Amino acid sequence: MAEKNFTVTSESGIHARPATALVNKAGQYSSDVTLDYNGKSVNLKSIMGVMSLGIQQNSEITIKAEGSDADEAIAGLTEVMENEGLGK
Amino acid sequence: MSNQLTGIGASAGIAIAKAFVLENPALEIEQTSISDTGAEIERFEAAVHRAKEELEVIKNHANEQLGEDKAAIFAAHLLVLSDPELLNAVKDKVNNENVNAESAMSDVSNMFISMFENMDNEYMKERAADIRDVSKRVLAHLLGVTFTSPGAITDEVIVLAEDLTPSDTAQLNKQFVKGFATDIGGRTSHSAIMARSMEIPAVVGTKTITSEDVEGKIVIIDGIDGNVIVDPTEEEIAQYTKKKEHFEAKKQEWAKLVNEPTTTKDEKHVELAANIGTPEDVKGVLENGGEGVGLYRTEFLYMGRNELPSEEEQFNAYKEVLEKMDGKPVVIRTLDIGGDKELPYLNLPKEMNPFLGFRAIRLCLEETEIFRTQLRALLRASVFGNLKVMFPMIATVGEFRQAKEMLLTVKEELIGEGIQVSEEIEIGMMVEIPATAAMADVFAKEVDFFSVGTNDLIQYTMAADRMNQKVSYLYQPYNPAILRLVKMVIDAAHKEGKWAGMCGEMAGDQIAIPILLGLGLDEFSMSATSILPARSQMTKLSKEEISSHIDHILSLATNEEVVTYVQENFATEEL
Repeated sequence: MAEKNFTVTSESGIHARPATALVNKAGQYSSDVTLDYNGKSVNLKSIMGVMSLGIQQNSEITIKAEGSDADEAIAGLTEVMENEGLGK
Repeated sequence: MSNQLTGIGASAGIAIAKAFVLENPALEIEQTSISDTGAEIERFEAAVHRAKEELEVIKNHANEQLGEDKAAIFAAHLLVLSDPELLNAVKDKVNNENVNAESAMSDVSNMFISMFENMDNEYMKERAADIRDVSKRVLAHLLGVTFTSPGAITDEVIVLAEDLTPSDTAQLNKQFVKGFATDIGGRTSHSAIMARSMEIPAVVGTKTITSEDVEGKIVIIDGIDGNVIVDPTEEEIAQYTKKKEHFEAKKQEWAKLVNEPTTTKDEKHVELAANIGTPEDVKGVLENGGEGVGLYRTEFLYMGRNELPSEEEQFNAYKEVLEKMDGKPVVIRTLDIGGDKELPYLNLPKEMNPFLGFRAIRLCLEETEIFRTQLRALLRASVFGNLKVMFPMIATVGEFRQAKEMLLTVKEELIGEGIQVSEEIEIGMMVEIPATAAMADVFAKEVDFFSVGTNDLIQYTMAADRMNQKVSYLYQPYNPAILRLVKMVIDAAHKEGKWAGMCGEMAGDQIAIPILLGLGLDEFSMSATSILPARSQMTKLSKEEISSHIDHILSLATNEEVVTYVQENFATEEL
């Protein structure tokens, strides 16, 4: 299992377009990928799951991956977080 | 035998083509028991697959026609149809409860819809509509109901619909959709505004067009007079073809005026400007020969999102408009929120009388941080063009002074930070409240300009809510009561050497234009598409001559008498 913490820096939090990019990326891996925020954990391959969290700027989130390509998943998703200006 | 319906002309022009009814089928979901759950799941997957194929087509089409921005919504729709939480929940339900896919899909999507609807974030609430849209597409396939999307139209047609949603209009292809008519809506409804910006003829508010027997029939849309003719006779087709040609010839004639100044028959110049909502609208202003922007409604920057726009974001928008207008005057109105325009994220309490409540400048003078951010952005942008700042809903001289004071303080701060601010910025106000018209002579000593906001001025003067159908007869732009107030404002401005403009629908109105010209209005700000017809009309009007009629017009008794008088005595631009 691999995981990584992020602080959301994007002014508008995580919604719409950036959420789409994250979910699309997560879907490329066979590992189970989850997003933890505020005591809740959702499937990061689910757009509705991610959007339902309503993540705002300055939130602390954790992305976890479990499976054969867990490390690649975390690396790939970190890239999306950074490229989309979502967080670090 | 043809059949004529009357609605509201939302976008001028004539279109004649085959009817295309945009169905909004009612989906009746019945729960049944399933024994072969494997086959049922396959049926579900096939329906999802077809729905995705449709969405791909719509997305690509939206991409080409409207750009990536507008197409993004369909990318999100596609992702919903790949959402494992949704798909697995439906499959589990079929497997575990032995129910049919329709009822499982309907139950699961309703659960998500209510989850999103119950969020306290307006943006998320709107996502419920997206899920409803997507789920409906899948359900239609499961039920074998044909469900047409406007993006799939590839014949020349007239679209008939109960109403057109933003996502419907985003998919309309001008090449095929020659015009549309709807059951509901008014001149300012979303579909009407879209029709004008796409420049396709439209009639809204026909009440019953979709209940008529129109299948396979020819329909004529007359967006000039607000008529729809179903199954026209040959004579009618000939008559409207002629009207269409006439209108298009007029348009050609107007097009010649694009780069001309606006000059009356007696060689007086007035300024014809446009009302805009976003920087993208500037293109239409220039194409229609606008001599300025008379009203930039900044509230669109604040709407459809879940937090306030930052100073940088606002600065970029204002700068873009100023630069594109290239030195032509741009009147930017500070935030006019409240009344019918809500900002959910401000969490303002609900009011009994929002139009008489906490809105516009009243809100900005209280929520000073919001106002300061906007003023900073405006002043920083001022060096990129010819900026004029306008405060909305001013009722008292004190409010104007307070707002102006804040602007000057922010200016000092910026200069202190070493940021350049233009020294030429005019500061003016909207006249929407009868109290300010009554005090116009006093205001005129302190403002640089007035701009009359007719929609609100009429509703406040007549004490009639313009949203209330029962009292809509009181919305009387030509009532001498309104005209007298407008005269007071213009006279007061001129006495102090200031200018007076108007930025409501009335400024582009064929009946109002001669009167306003005679009253001495300096600037007329209207929808971009009204500019050229107005310029053409101006060339046929003599300001001197009309001004000699003004006393008589103001002494008339009713709205109707004024209309008749104008029609009998002055040139109106025949559309």
